[in-house]
Amino acid sequence: MKRTIISGGTLPDGTQRDILIVDGVITAVGENLTAPDADVISARGAIVMAGLVDLHTHLREPGREDSETVLSGSRAGVKGGYVALSAMANTSPVADTAGVVEQVFRLGESAGLLDVFPIGAVTQGIEGKVLAEIGAMADSAARVRVFSDDGNCVSDPLVMRRALEYVKKFGGVIAQHAQEPALTAGSQMNEGIVSSILGLKGWPAVAEEAIIARDVLLAEHVGARLHICHLTTAGGVEIIRWAKARGIDVTAEVTPHHLLLTDESARSYDPIFKVNPPLRTQEDVMALRNGLADGTIDIVATDHAPHPVESKECEWQEAAFGMLGLEHALSIVYATMVETGLMSWSDLQDRMSTAPARIGGYVGHGRELAVGAPAHITLINPKAPYRVDRDQLLSKSRNTPFHGMEFSAAVVATFFHGRLVYSDSIVAEGKSA
Amino acid sequence: MKHLLSIADLSREEAISILDTAMHMAKASDTPMKKLPTLRGRTIVNLFAEDSTRTRISFEAAAKRLSADVINFSAKGSSVSKGESLKDTAQTLQAMGADAVIIRHGASGAPARLADCQWMSGAVINAGDGTHEHPSQALLDAFTIRKHLGQGREDLQGIRIAIVGDVLHSRVARSNVLLLTKLGAHVTLVAPPTLLPVGVESWPVSISYDFDAVLESVDVVMMLRVQLERMSELFFPNAREYSRYFGLNTARLKKLHPGAIVMHPGPMNRGLEITAESADSARSVIIEQVANGVSVRMAILYLLLAGDTSIEAGA
Repeated sequence: MKRTIISGGTLPDGTQRDILIVDGVITAVGENLTAPDADVISARGAIVMAGLVDLHTHLREPGREDSETVLSGSRAGVKGGYVALSAMANTSPVADTAGVVEQVFRLGESAGLLDVFPIGAVTQGIEGKVLAEIGAMADSAARVRVFSDDGNCVSDPLVMRRALEYVKKFGGVIAQHAQEPALTAGSQMNEGIVSSILGLKGWPAVAEEAIIARDVLLAEHVGARLHICHLTTAGGVEIIRWAKARGIDVTAEVTPHHLLLTDESARSYDPIFKVNPPLRTQEDVMALRNGLADGTIDIVATDHAPHPVESKECEWQEAAFGMLGLEHALSIVYATMVETGLMSWSDLQDRMSTAPARIGGYVGHGRELAVGAPAHITLINPKAPYRVDRDQLLSKSRNTPFHGMEFSAAVVATFFHGRLVYSDSIVAEGKSA
Repeated sequence: MKHLLSIADLSREEAISILDTAMHMAKASDTPMKKLPTLRGRTIVNLFAEDSTRTRISFEAAAKRLSADVINFSAKGSSVSKGESLKDTAQTLQAMGADAVIIRHGASGAPARLADCQWMSGAVINAGDGTHEHPSQALLDAFTIRKHLGQGREDLQGIRIAIVGDVLHSRVARSNVLLLTKLGAHVTLVAPPTLLPVGVESWPVSISYDFDAVLESVDVVMMLRVQLERMSELFFPNAREYSRYFGLNTARLKKLHPGAIVMHPGPMNRGLEITAESADSARSVIIEQVANGVSVRMAILYLLLAGDTSIEAGA
C-alpha cells in the first residue's frame, strides 16, 4: 500500500486540512492525520485543490511533433497544475476516426502523467461538409464525448444542426469555434481602432457573435448541448447570458490570454500576440472577467497552441495564430480574477476543474477533495512571485506571449492518482517510473 | 532618429527638419553638378518585396545623388519570391554590409519587424508596408503642399486638405493623416463608407461621404488610387458608379477655389479616380510630387545616415 499525507494545506474554502491518500484515492481529510509508512508532504501556506482540467489543448500529435507531442504537452500540463487535457482534433491526420482518437488516447496513457481525453472532429477533415464518424469515436476506447472542428468554424448551419442533434444519442457536446468565415477572410487581428492604425485586416467581433447567436438558437431548437470555445467579446458574453436565462443548454469558455491581453499588443507587430480568435479591447477583457466571475462563462480553457519558432519569427500576416497556455494559466487566472477580488479560490476550482470536468464528462475529475475521490490534486503557492522565462518552458515550443511578465501565484505540485507527477520544477518520469 | 518606420515616430520638429533639409537638397539638385559626396562609401539596399517602380527609382536616384552605393534587391527572380524568410533576407543583407535598407513589403509591419528583431544593424526605411504606412510619400506630399500653400511658414497650419478614395487599403492615407495633422493641417477623408476603416472615428480627421460638399472648402485635393479588384470584393458596385461619386472630373475641378491644388501619389487610374483633364490641369502638381520625392528621400537618407541632424546640405 502506498500512503501519502499532504499536510497543512489550505482547501479552497479556507479551511486547513491534512489529506491522506492511499493507493491513489483520498481516504481521509482532517486534522493531524497520521498513517504508518506515509510520505508526508508539507503544504503549509499552499492552496490545495482539485487538479486542473483543460477542455481545449492542442497537443499537435500526430503530425506536428516538432512543436508538441502528447508527452511534452503532458509535461507542460502537470507543471501548470493540470491532471486532464483535451486534445483538439486538428492534427494531421485529423482526429476524425476512431483510429486517430484511440492513438492519441494511448499516447496519453503511455505518457502517464495525466489523462488525455481526445476531442473528435465534427466533420471529416474539419472541412465543415460531411459528419465525421462521431458514433465510432464515442464508442472507441477513447470514449469521445466532446466534438469540435476547432481552428475552423462549423459554419454551415445545417451541418451544425445535425451535429448538435446527433451527439444527443450519447450525451455528447459540440464545442464550436465561433467564426463566420465570410466576415473574416484574411483577418489578422481585432477590427477596431488599433487595426485601423496598423493596417492589419480586421476580425470583427460580430463574426464571433453572429455564430454564437445562431448556435444557441439551434441548440434550443433541437434541445441539444452546445459549448462555445474561447469567447472573446463583450457582445458574446451578453448573448450567452441571454441564452442561459432562456434555459438553453449552453456552456462557454475563456482563455487566460483573453483575460489578460488586449489588441494594443499588436502595435509591436510581434506575432507572438497573434491568436485566433484575436485579442480584443480592454472593454471586452473586463466583460470576460465579469462573465467568468458571475458564471455566465463556465470555464477557463487554455487553447494551448504550440508553434515552431519559424512560424512566429516573421511578418505578422505570415505568422501562425496561437499561443501557449498550459504552464501559466493558473497564475494568470489568479492574477486577473482572484487577486482582483472578482473570484474566490472555490470559484477558481470550479472554473478550472469542476466545471470543465462536468462539461467534458470526465469521470473522476473535478471532484471536491473528499473521501473516496481519486487523488487528482494541485498545490498552489499564492505568494511565490516569479517572472515568466520562455527558456524555462516544458512545452516543445516557445511561443508564449507572457515572457518577462511577473505573476504572484505558482503551481508547486501536482498529484495524479495520488502520484506526485510535478513538484518544484521537476516533472516525474513516465508511467513506469 | 535611427529608422523611418512610421510617421507616428516623428516629432513635429523632426518632420519639419526633414522638409527643411529637403529644401536644401532641392536647391543642390538644381545646380549642374547634382551629385553630393555625403554618403560616399555607404551601401544602401533597395529591398522591394512588392512591385513598385516609382518609389524604388526615386530612392535610388536620391541615394545616388548622395554618392551612396545602391543595391537593388527586388522580389521577382530573387529568393524573396521563393519563400525565403524576412529574417534570412535581413541577415544576408547584414552580412553584405548594408548601412541602410529601404524596404517595400506587402505585409503591414514588415519594416518594424526588420528594425526590432536585431536581424540586422543598419537603418530601416519604410518605403510602403502593406496597408500600414508610406512615410516618405507623406513627407513629399507635405513638402509639396508647403511649397505651394505654406506662405513661408514652416508647417501647414490651417491648410484644409481632402484625401479622397480608398482610405481603407491606403498606406499613403495613413501616413498623410498622421503627418498633415501633426503639421497643423485640417484633413477631411472623403470615401464611400465601405472604404473607410472601422476605427477611423478615432483618427484626428473629419469624415465625409460627399465629395461635392467638401470641394469648395479645401485647399488641397489628394486623390488616392483605387484598385479595380476592390469591386469584386464588394466595396463598390462598379467603376462607373465609383467615378460618379468619388472621381475628380472636370465639373468638380471647376468648383475648387482658385488657389487649390490637385495631388495624386501615383500610379493613377486615369478615368477611374481622376480624369485626364484633372490630372493634366494647371492645378495638378502630380509631376512635381515626383520631383520633390527625390529631394525628400535625399533628406531622409542624409538625416539617417550622415550621423548629424544639423542641416548642412551640400557640405
